[in-house]
Amino acid sequence: MPTYTFLLNGKKVSVACEADVRLLWVIRDLLGVHGPKYGCGIGVCQACTSHINGKAVNLCSVPVSQIRPTDQVVTIEGLGATVGKELHPMQQAWLDNDVAQCGYCQPGQIMTAVAKVKQARAEGRAISDADLDTIRNVCRCGTYARIREAIKAGAAKMP
Amino acid sequence: MMDALEQRPDTTNDATTGITRRRFVGYLVAAPTLLAAADLFPKLAWASVPTVQIPTDGYDLTDLLTHAAMPTSHLITVGVNSDGSVSFSLPRAEVGQGITTAIAMIIADEMGVPLEKVRISLSDARPELHWNQLTGGSNTIHSMYTPVRVAAAIARGQLVDAAAEALGVPAGDLQMTENGVAGPNGVEVSLAELSQLGAVTSTKAVEPTLKAAAQQKLVGTPQKRVDGRAIVTGKKVFAMDLNVPNALPTMICRPPTINGRAVSVRNLAQVKALPGITDVAIIAHSQYVPGGVAVRGRTFGHCIHAITVLDVEWAPGTVDDKSDEDVLADLKAAELPMEPAPPGDVIDQTFTFHFRPGDPLETNSAVADVRSDHAEVWSCLKSPIWFQETLATNLGLPIPSVVVHVTEGGGSFGRHLFADAAFEAAEVSRVLGKPVKLMWHRTDNFRQGRVHPMATSHVRIVHSGGNVLTYDQRHTSVATDFRHGLGELFAAKFAELPQINRGIFAQGVFLLTANVPYDFGAVSQLIDEIYDPDTFNTSSVRNIYSPDVCAARELMIDRVAKAMAKDPLQFRREFLRDDRLVAVLDAVAKAGKWGRAMTAGTAQGIAVHREYKGAAACLVEIDCRPATVGRRVPQGYTGPRVTKAVFAVDVGLPINPLGLQAQMMGGIMDAIAQALTYSLHLKDGSFLEGSWDDAYYTRQWNTPPSVQVIVMPPTGTEPGGAGELGVAASMAAVACAYARATGKVPTSFPINHDLPLTFDPMPTVPPIPDSPTDGLQKAF
Repeated sequence: MPTYTFLLNGKKVSVACEADVRLLWVIRDLLGVHGPKYGCGIGVCQACTSHINGKAVNLCSVPVSQIRPTDQVVTIEGLGATVGKELHPMQQAWLDNDVAQCGYCQPGQIMTAVAKVKQARAEGRAISDADLDTIRNVCRCGTYARIREAIKAGAAKMP
Repeated sequence: MMDALEQRPDTTNDATTGITRRRFVGYLVAAPTLLAAADLFPKLAWASVPTVQIPTDGYDLTDLLTHAAMPTSHLITVGVNSDGSVSFSLPRAEVGQGITTAIAMIIADEMGVPLEKVRISLSDARPELHWNQLTGGSNTIHSMYTPVRVAAAIARGQLVDAAAEALGVPAGDLQMTENGVAGPNGVEVSLAELSQLGAVTSTKAVEPTLKAAAQQKLVGTPQKRVDGRAIVTGKKVFAMDLNVPNALPTMICRPPTINGRAVSVRNLAQVKALPGITDVAIIAHSQYVPGGVAVRGRTFGHCIHAITVLDVEWAPGTVDDKSDEDVLADLKAAELPMEPAPPGDVIDQTFTFHFRPGDPLETNSAVADVRSDHAEVWSCLKSPIWFQETLATNLGLPIPSVVVHVTEGGGSFGRHLFADAAFEAAEVSRVLGKPVKLMWHRTDNFRQGRVHPMATSHVRIVHSGGNVLTYDQRHTSVATDFRHGLGELFAAKFAELPQINRGIFAQGVFLLTANVPYDFGAVSQLIDEIYDPDTFNTSSVRNIYSPDVCAARELMIDRVAKAMAKDPLQFRREFLRDDRLVAVLDAVAKAGKWGRAMTAGTAQGIAVHREYKGAAACLVEIDCRPATVGRRVPQGYTGPRVTKAVFAVDVGLPINPLGLQAQMMGGIMDAIAQALTYSLHLKDGSFLEGSWDDAYYTRQWNTPPSVQVIVMPPTGTEPGGAGELGVAASMAAVACAYARATGKVPTSFPINHDLPLTFDPMPTVPPIPDSPTDGLQKAF
């Protein structure tokens, strides 16, 4: 069985695993990091959204063999550290707006939100309602309205 | 977006108001640390329970569930711990509805301790609680408010008495502080110390005095969720996040049709030899266990792959010969007759409500470790006693040998009234002789999971001379499964009899929830259900019958208003016979600017609903113009967009307005989905939808850019229910707005259901898709 090495929330990890096992299961079942959630396993619900090298990715759709030793994988547990704080401004905005209900989708929502704001900035603009309409993350509790408000508030405080 | 609660007049019973203050009784319970409990049983004199009246002006489902919980209120305790915290083990399931936050607020307020000091955990199954461990009917806060306050008040009294003794000063000179109880000279005794000093060695009865409304500092104020930080940091623990030794990931390969059965595995040796797979076994279908072929492996990824490789011989299920149109025909044939119509103008219409999923985002999941003499299960369960007693019976074990832990749920919407994953995990563990961590695939959750049953609602209104003479509604539904009973084995066994499920539970729930809050002449609402409850997999889904019953009713209200040449708002104001409904209606009409000029193809809709001791009104604006309906989202469905939603809610006494607004907002999103996009198509015994890109629950592109929830000031002294209250009025308002925008009254819901399919159904063999490999290419 091959061994795969990468950086998970800033720490080097190695795991022996078949090549086609998706990163979601490597991280949840083999490495015991449970922030990214399973919601569909086919890249639809976005509950497992995390960052790879700063970009939002559905971990359920990435075979571990596609990951290189230098790749930086950040889950919700490591988001604060990317800005040198306990909480990322987006997480704080989530708390300020009391966004969550059951909370199951929220790690993925927050990781998507941060990437969407960065994406808009890279295109030279602030996040807009049109951008928010493109977010695919399912929230079955229907907290969508508060998610929209929190993203705008979090974006204003992102470095 | 949200209006804060502006004022909260003192409405608590008080001698000064001329209302007799209720007497409460409870206990200081013998324990090593301070422990207090309420006793509501004396209040339940049978003569005091009102006769059931129809329609539900008086006694309703909320009363029934609250009365059922009363006799065991003394078994639920508030404790002060040696670390200075206050703890309460809640015999309900937190599934996102915010009850842990609301209960913590109630306790903190009544005790006078900071909210952060109160720790709420979820109780394991406690069979001695009988009917007092069922989470349903939006009843938690209604049923727990008084017992929790009584217990907390007793605890507060004992803290003060113990401090008085320790400090040698009169109790009247003491006050609660951030950390404990302080005397006149500022000397403080901490909660940690008082937990020991206040403990009693023999249980004694106490008659506490509850705080008057004016003394309540937290109840009625907006408070953020107590688990918010755990959620946003990924630390909140759901069933699949538990680390139970050797409970390896396990999934089930499920049949191609609903309730099919596995006969044999043609490639057993091949699948057993797959890397990382430890076990493969047929799991028989039963009333409790959906079953199929179980695979257990190193990760869920290994299990998913194994399922796609499995070659299984399947026996038919329970509805292989049925498609949507067959069920609809059976419903039509079963509809109960109307009363004879008096002379007058008749408005008559039948509405169809298609099957729709009851899926929360967390799929059915459970951890189980079943041994020959002992079983332990972890799952999100809203009827844990029923599960424990039934599992013990099935395993032939004494009830105390079956330990059932209730985990917090990633949503429920009624799904977790049943224990499909928990029964299944226990059965797989029993068959394999190993612990398992069992999770359903999303596609299974849609296709084999419990759904909101298809129903029709036939409404006939006869009016004459500006009055409605008769209102008849005949609701006909595929059986709603109520075989969880009232959350314990006795009532559940009773409910297992098909004629009882249909004749008592369905009728009872319908009669205790349906209502026509208008001053009409003769009103008659009846339900009939078809098929036995094990034909389709159904359950009570958020707000049960009411969203459909209410949508049909309010659409017909708009029609009769039009026939009388009255504005929809004006008609409702004239005919409503409930001041609280008029108040919420006026609130949304004002905030939503009812009657403002709208562009062609867009319109407003307005509707009301009364349930769970609350009153609700919703006003929406919808955009049905071609440019909006024709929006394109890759793999997504758009259709009309609700552009604005204004909701007003009166729950009697709001505990946490922020949480209440959240529940209404969620109800609005459900309502939009159910009215416009979210359903399941039944074709030859299986549902075609297998993904969130097929079953169109509301997504961001269909979220109203403007949502406003108005929490009305208190109109009573007790909190009504919240979790389901947002759905019915909102669904009706969306339907009414659609009718006004398009000039065509919709009669089949969701409105896109009868259009050509807008997705390619996944195959049923294998029953689940393997995961994609293009995640990195889609990174953004």
